Amino acid sequence: MEWEIVIGLEVHVQLSTKSKLFSGASTQFGAAPNTQACAIDLAMPGTLPVPNAEAFRSAVMFGLAMNAEIGKRSVFERKNYFYPDLPKGYQTTQLAEPIVGPGEIEIHLEDGSSKTVRLHHAHLEEDAGKSLHEAVFESGHGMSGIDLNRAGTPLIEIVSEPDMRSAAEAVAYLKKIHSIVTYLGISDGDMSQGSMRCDANVSVRLKGEEKLGTRTELKNINSFRFVERAIKVEAERQIDILEDGGSIVQETRLYDADKNETRSMRSKEVANDYRYFPCPDLLPVVLSDDYVEQLRNELPELPDAKAARLRDEYKLSAYDADLLTQERATADYFETVAKACGEAKLAANWMTGELAALLNREELSIGQSPVSAEQLAGLILRIKDNTISSKIAKQVFEAMANGEGDADTVIEKRGLKQVSDTGAIEQMVDDVIAASAAQVDNYRNADEAKRPKMMGYFVGQIMKASKGQANPQMINKILKEKLDALL
Amino acid sequence: MHQLTIAEIIRGLRDKQFSSVEITRHLLDRIQQLDGNYNSFITVTEELAMTQAAAADERLSKGEAPALCGVPIAHKDIFCTSGVRTSCGSKMLDNFVPPYDATVVENFNAASAVTLGKTNMDEFAMGSSNETSFYGPVRNPWNTDCVPGGSSGGSAAAVAAQLAPGTTATDTGGSIRQPAALTNTTGLKPTYGRVSRWGMIAFASSLDQAGPIARNAEDAAYLLSAMVGHDPKDSTSLNRPVQDYTLNLNDSIAGLKIGVPKEYFGEGLNADTAARVQDALKEFEKLGAELVEVSLPHTDLAVPAYYVIAPAEASANLSRFDGVRYGYRCEDPQDLRDLYMRSRGEGFGDEVQRRILVGTYALSAGYYDAYYNKAQQVRRLIKQDFVQAFEKVDVIMGPTSPSPAFALGAKKADPVAMYLEDIYTIATNLAGLPGMSLPCGLVNNLPVGLQIIGNYLDEARMLNVAHQYQQVTDWHQQFASSASPA
Repeated sequence: MEWEIVIGLEVHVQLSTKSKLFSGASTQFGAAPNTQACAIDLAMPGTLPVPNAEAFRSAVMFGLAMNAEIGKRSVFERKNYFYPDLPKGYQTTQLAEPIVGPGEIEIHLEDGSSKTVRLHHAHLEEDAGKSLHEAVFESGHGMSGIDLNRAGTPLIEIVSEPDMRSAAEAVAYLKKIHSIVTYLGISDGDMSQGSMRCDANVSVRLKGEEKLGTRTELKNINSFRFVERAIKVEAERQIDILEDGGSIVQETRLYDADKNETRSMRSKEVANDYRYFPCPDLLPVVLSDDYVEQLRNELPELPDAKAARLRDEYKLSAYDADLLTQERATADYFETVAKACGEAKLAANWMTGELAALLNREELSIGQSPVSAEQLAGLILRIKDNTISSKIAKQVFEAMANGEGDADTVIEKRGLKQVSDTGAIEQMVDDVIAASAAQVDNYRNADEAKRPKMMGYFVGQIMKASKGQANPQMINKILKEKLDALL
Repeated sequence: MHQLTIAEIIRGLRDKQFSSVEITRHLLDRIQQLDGNYNSFITVTEELAMTQAAAADERLSKGEAPALCGVPIAHKDIFCTSGVRTSCGSKMLDNFVPPYDATVVENFNAASAVTLGKTNMDEFAMGSSNETSFYGPVRNPWNTDCVPGGSSGGSAAAVAAQLAPGTTATDTGGSIRQPAALTNTTGLKPTYGRVSRWGMIAFASSLDQAGPIARNAEDAAYLLSAMVGHDPKDSTSLNRPVQDYTLNLNDSIAGLKIGVPKEYFGEGLNADTAARVQDALKEFEKLGAELVEVSLPHTDLAVPAYYVIAPAEASANLSRFDGVRYGYRCEDPQDLRDLYMRSRGEGFGDEVQRRILVGTYALSAGYYDAYYNKAQQVRRLIKQDFVQAFEKVDVIMGPTSPSPAFALGAKKADPVAMYLEDIYTIATNLAGLPGMSLPCGLVNNLPVGLQIIGNYLDEARMLNVAHQYQQVTDWHQQFASSASPA
């Protein structure tokens, strides 16, 4: 039996507005508990919400970037449930008339293929606070603490259609959303701080079957890697059950990254009735065509358009262009390097090679890179003008990463300048030939066709003698001349 | 001094006949002496009042003080007052002291009016008799065995008993007008959105509106002028400038077209009440107005629609009272569920719990369309009725409530009979229109109210019409004998 996995994602993106969705309190992350919650966030009696225009601007920009319909009239509703970190006893959210309607985006997979994923809708809503179940009170009593700093922070919830067919596709979609919101500058997209959270609806069906299988919802998966693993392990679990003749229970499940398994979260809970109804404290928000058009004009260049331009302008491969445009900061870094050194292909290679490895190893973002774009461009320039070889360049790069200064400083200080002096190289070649009588004999007696390969030994010896600094092209040229003269 | 109207106090203060400290002291003493009979105050803010009165006298002495400078008033205990307990008539908020003022309170403070205290009310403004208050019922100064109406029963009784010349109140389905009618006072509920709801504890957000209760239309105009205006803190507040409602009081009303809805004079209306209202209409004809019969065909649907929409909104508005952050918390909660159930079960009274249950039911999956959606459709039809009527007439008049004040306890066991008290007032809240009630006669020495319903934002005309009536009648100058001890 061949199974097909069907995935839909609900992604919550925290907007980086200065103040909350319905109050003037700050949204800054990491403040002492309950210091960023005003009377409105605390749901004090008689307080009223006032919508944050900046949050609407962010949501509309997102909708436009997703090629989606914009809800010219959007309505906030109350989603009613009791929980201590939900001060009003309802969440103000959107249901029937969201700010962003249907749309679609293209996702790019690692094998180079692309796929369109449809957006069902995206809506604005307020975040809840946090319950702190660790022992927050020394006296104990088994009490929980509530931190309402996050309560009221604006979110957009982005709901996809069930269009993804593998964990890899889900990750590609999530990365695309991440890339769009960070390009727009509407969110920092930081999954580790909860700025971007993902719920996955997963079901399986036999290939060719049209009807969707019963789905489970995986809650709050907080990294790209865990999304991939959680979906894989959940799909496997479902397939095992179905192959054993069982059936899937529609439920919410939690992914346990330590055990790499999903487990039922609310099996005993009956279906919630949230009793949605339009919030009478907020009038429907009506956006004019002019406003939407103005925002359309303010849209920055988005990842797909930027990738196309990089292919066109810098002759990059599709693979490199996609890789370098996933994050706006990476693309900006690339363009700075490419413009400063005039070697786009080298710039791309260095970024996807050494720089990516460095950042990955140190767990740094491109913005935190210890090697600046200007420094990398300076290094490439020295490769280009033959001051150093590519091999030496790697040494220089490491030195720059360690904070030893720019390429010229490192080359100077460490004496890494390439030897391109003909006399010096001739002397080194002569010395090696003189010390390698046996190898010279072999070379002379070999077939014409095998000789170029046999040169490797001599080159290696010469490089060693020059501590890697001799110009390889010149070594090759002079060595060949001298060996051929011995024939 | 307690018999003075607001207009007279304003003149007296400026003519230096008395100071704000003197009249404030007098009224505080009177409240202490008499309010035991009425229970119209939950909290008397004596210290605050005397400080404010002294500051007002100082401001008056410098000249150019706002009209209400030094005038003592009282606020319904639904308006948050910074540093002063704001209970909303509920055990739930018996210990609640807000750190902020409602915009209405802020406006009166800015005008240097003096706060005598916080008036009694039905719990969370849910009631038509002021019997649901955690602080006990308010008694009607006209007959202390009778209710004063509700939910602003304390605000109305305080004015009727001459404990305050004017008060603030709120009206969700008739809570200003019905108690005004039952206590012989003049009360006005403005157009929805005209007065900010910030800091006014919500019952049903799409219907709640604050307004004044006073002794006559002129005084109501003074109070309303201080209350209205756009408030950026309330998204439903209308973006209209402040307005001086005293300017047009003396305009002639000759040629005024008064719509008389036939549906307001049908079955259920007390015959004596009907007669007093008809007398008032004749008085208006003498003033040159023309009576035009109009029809509001969906009138009988107003009460049922209201009792879906208002409880639905209330069920969510009152969810914040959960014992977690402020207000009543049950003793020794065992777990979260126990904390919620007992805090809310013990903190809310019966009527509030009844409405939360009704509202929760109406919004539940499977019932939403049949109740909430249907009620919203009815609401649109009711609004249409009025829009059509106002194409033909300038104001609409009829009774405020179906009968005069009833005995305490008479309707307590029968919620539906109680709900029908508001049969003539509820439709204006559903439509968002302004409505007012003014005294138009007595039946067995109990007051009868005439209701004036105006078009959107037409409060100035309504006050003008009421004031003209009060120039040729003296019903508003009649006082309850209990409040006028020899």
